[in-house]
Order: sequence, then structure tokens, then C-alpha cells
Amino acid sequence: MTSATLAPDRPAPRRTVRSGRRLTRASGLGLGVAMLWFSLLVLIPLTAVVVTASDGGWAEFWATVTNQQTLAAIELTVGTAFLVTLINIVMGTTIAWVLVRDDRFVGRRVLEVLIDIPFALPTIVAGLVLLSLYGPDSPLGVNIANTRVAVFFAFLFVTLPFVVRTVQPVLAELDREAEEAAASLGASRFTVFRRIILPSLTPAIAAGAALSFARGVSEYGSLVLLSGNLPMRTEVTSVRILSSIENDNLEGAAAVAAVLLVISFVVIVAVDVIQRRVVRRG
Amino acid sequence: MNRTRVAGALALAATLALSACGGGGASGEGTTTLSIVGYAVPEAANKAIIAEWNKTDEGRGVRFQTSYGASGDQSRAVVAGLKADYVHFSVSSDVTRLVDEGLVDQNWDDGPNKGIVSSSIVVLAVRDGNPKNIQGWDDLVKPGVQIVTPNPASSGAARWNALAAWGHISANGGTDAQAQEYLTKLFANVVSLPNSGRDATTAFLGGTGDVLLAYENETILATQNGEKLDWVIPSTTILIENPGAILKNAGPKAQSFLNFVLSPAGQRQFALKGFRPIVEGIDTKGVEGALDPNNPFPAPQKLLTVSKDFESWSALSKKYFDEKEGIIVKIIAASGKAK
Repeated sequence: MTSATLAPDRPAPRRTVRSGRRLTRASGLGLGVAMLWFSLLVLIPLTAVVVTASDGGWAEFWATVTNQQTLAAIELTVGTAFLVTLINIVMGTTIAWVLVRDDRFVGRRVLEVLIDIPFALPTIVAGLVLLSLYGPDSPLGVNIANTRVAVFFAFLFVTLPFVVRTVQPVLAELDREAEEAAASLGASRFTVFRRIILPSLTPAIAAGAALSFARGVSEYGSLVLLSGNLPMRTEVTSVRILSSIENDNLEGAAAVAAVLLVISFVVIVAVDVIQRRVVRRG
Repeated sequence: MNRTRVAGALALAATLALSACGGGGASGEGTTTLSIVGYAVPEAANKAIIAEWNKTDEGRGVRFQTSYGASGDQSRAVVAGLKADYVHFSVSSDVTRLVDEGLVDQNWDDGPNKGIVSSSIVVLAVRDGNPKNIQGWDDLVKPGVQIVTPNPASSGAARWNALAAWGHISANGGTDAQAQEYLTKLFANVVSLPNSGRDATTAFLGGTGDVLLAYENETILATQNGEKLDWVIPSTTILIENPGAILKNAGPKAQSFLNFVLSPAGQRQFALKGFRPIVEGIDTKGVEGALDPNNPFPAPQKLLTVSKDFESWSALSKKYFDEKEGIIVKIIAASGKAK
């Protein structure tokens, strides 16, 4: 009751705030389309995976994901994706740097075009190419077929463009005046890079790293010919999932997929947290 | 206010999306169109059979829509609604899946052909000239021999290979324990376990391994396509039987197509692409790519069959290939731990 008596006296800034938040027709439609799109393509399928995974019950789920062969596959897949992501962070940023900053480099244009090839190539074709180049008949004398190195190599191949393509535009837009000012104030090149450039690039690097990790974890086509799919040694998780599907064990397949989803989710969140820290400290 | 706007936007978007999805799926007017869903290997043979059938009175003017892929995937796709009048798979369990779903008649395998439309045998493919001098199953477990085989755990079709190896011991007086021991040694020599027969052939032709556990029709087809490889028919091997079936709701033309597939004219086309005919008395002369084109399908010393030596496909699937308890699945998993 007291509030009722007080109400008329109160100024009405909240109203204006609220009306400012009200959706216009266009933004309402935009939000609607975005939500629908996101639901159809991401939320509903992901929910379906988790629901299917739980169909067999907790005991069944646990037995599936703790199966020795499955665990070995998850370990190999996640470990390799992690390592590959670290390398991509360094190499991808370097390549982006060369593409944007190195004016003397003549092959820049060519590299610029070639960098996206791993995206464009159907992965099974990539697998064939890798097999003929780094398999037993390698013209380069490098044979990594049916070893864990093959998995590592295939991951590297398909994830190369991510960091490059996320970092490149940010680097191109970077204001060079700040760098010049820092340099004129006596900062070393390393300090300029660490204090000025890196903080601006970090969100882009993080985004690229997250994509690269997620792509690696789910890779199948490019490594399936070269890795040999040997249980406990070179078998990746996607192959395990396929095995379960072939045995009409959809719950098992979904269980392993759900574990991958959780791991990817955790990694992507972790990457975001680290990224924010780095930006703040810069 | 806000809520209703958002809801309205969602509803609008939904109708847009739905109307965009509608349409299409036009049905044939006047002419009959049959949909074939099959596993990848017999695509070339089916194409040749269709061309022959279209020349007959029965088949004149019938059009075909075909879909080929991995056998299990194709079978699951039909369950999920892929349109099919005639299916041709690599293992019978892919047809029984459709029977269980009520899509194929329970009596599909009652005919004289027992539901089988094409057949082949397991062979040992080797490098051109057979440099490791592989003559039979016993040579595969020698030290230093590298084997490629599709993975029987993840490919239904690859199970024929493992069964042939098992039969080499069990059908020649060996016990289950001896067969297990042999398979353990065999898988210790496996250097690559691709997910399908096609991938295995690709890996082998790409230089991996000394021996590929393969199907005779695949090796003949590969030779027809200009690949260089040799193969040996081991003294004991298994008859690979690929089932074909008509779906319950298929038109009358589908049955007459199946009849043609089983006829000498149809089987001749299969033979030309490397499949062993399922009926006697088919002219098999002139099969290009065979070791001897005029005697393309020499009889192995001992030819095992699923019904004679392994009870039934469902029984053997459970005993050998169950995801958790299957004897051969366990051997494969253990082969990884040994190293």
C-alpha cells in the first residue's frame, strides 16, 4: 500500500528505459529468425543427441564411455586436437602476420588464396592426398601412415585456416599509430607486440582456436585413410561413433558424441575465459 | 507486448520456413520410376542390368532413381524414409532391419534364391607379382606381413573377411580356441582397419600393406578400372551372399525387375562386373579383369556358406560381432593393446 502512495511522486525514468528496450518491428523479426534458425540447426539437434544418449540409462552410458577402446579414442582425439590448436595459435598468427604486414613477400597473394583450400577440399579427397604424399609410396620419403602422427597431421591440415582467417582482418584494421607511439616512447619490439598488438588480437586468436579445436575433435574424412583406425592406437572418436552406429547402437554413439560435446563446450568456455584475462592484463 | 511481438516474429518465420520447404517431390506422370537403394559396390552392375532390362518389353520406358552408399547407412536411410522400391545390400541383416520395420515382407527370402541376388568370395589381394609370395591364410600370420582389411567391428560387409579367416581354422578341424588364436595373430599383423571395403581398397592401392582381405568382385572391378594388383583364392574361403528385396509398397514393376535381376540375362551382367552368378549355367566367358577371363570364377577347394557353417547371419553377428561380447570384436580390441 505504501508503494501505491509513493508511486505518483516517483519520476519516470524507468519507463523511458523500457521503451528504449522495446523491439522495433525489424529487430523483432530479426530476433525471431535468429532464434528459429539457431533452434533448428543447433539447439534441437544437440538436445536430441543428449536425449538419445540418455535413452540407455546411466549405467549403460557410463559403460559405453568408459570402455577402454573408447577412452583411448577420446584421449587421442582430444589430446591431438589440443596440441594442434596450440600450434595453430602460433602458426596461424604468424601466417596472418605475413599476409597483412609483410609487404616484401611476393608470394603473399598466392598464399592468400591457397590458405582456404583445406576448407574447400572435401575431406576424403584431403585424406587421399595426404595418403599419397605421406603414405608408404611417399614421393617425399615421409611415411607416417597408420601412426598417431597421421592423425596429428590430418588435424593440422583441416584446421589451418581458422586462426589465420580470424586474426587477419583484425590485424589489418589495427591502428599502427599506437605501435609507433609506444616505439617512440622507447618500448622494445617485443614489448610493443605483447602490450599493444597481442591484446587486440587475443579475441580473434581465441575465436580461431576454439573453432580449430572443435573442428579437430570432430574430424573424420581426412584421416580415415591415413590413420589406419587401429584400436587403442590410431582410432579417433568419430570412428568409434561410426562403429556404434553400424552396430545399431544409437545410444552408444550418442553417448560418445555427448562426451565430445561436453569436452568441446568446456574447452570453448575455457578459451573465452583465458582470452578475457589476457585482454584485461594487456 | 514484447512477448507477443517476438512470438509473432517466430510464427512468421516458421511459416516462411515451412512454405519454403514445401513443393518439390514431383511424381512421375505416366512413366514408372523405380527407386533402387543399394550399397556402393554393385552400382556398375546394376546400371548394366537396368540398361538390359530397358530393352525388354517388361522394362521398356521404366526409369530409375538410384542411391548408393555404405550398406548399413543405406538400410538405415530407408528406415528413416528414403524412398525405395528395390534394395540391394551387402549383408542380410540390412534387409532384416527393414523387415523388422514392416517395410519388407517377412517371406522375402523364401524363394529359390533365398533372397540372394549376387555373390562373390573372399580373396587375398596382393601387390602385383605377389612379391611376398602369399598363397593362403597361413602366410598371413608370418612375421613381417602387413595386412589391410576393413574393420569387421564397424563395417557389416567386412565381417565376411573375418568369417573366412575363422572358417579356415574351424572348417578344417580346428577348435574355437585355435581359431581365436589364429585371428589374434592375424589381427596383430593388421596395419590398417578402414571403415569400409572401399576405403580399405583405396588405402591398399595407396601403398599400405602387403595383403588386402578383399572380395573377388572388388579386385576384378579394380583391375577393370586399370589398377595393378594380384590376388590369390585361398583354399578355404566363404561365399559372400548379397541380398536384394522388394519393398512392400513397391509397384508391380519392381517385382518384374527383380525377376530380371535373377534371370540368366541379369546374372550375366553381374558376372561381367566380377560377381559370381547365383544360378548355374550362366555364360561367364569374357569377364575382363579376372585372373583368367575365360575361367573367371574357379571353384575354391572349400567354400563355406553362412547357413551351412555359421548357422545364420543373426546368430553369427551375436557370437562374433556383438559390440561388447563378440569374440572377434574382442580380438580386434586386444590387438591394439598388445603393442
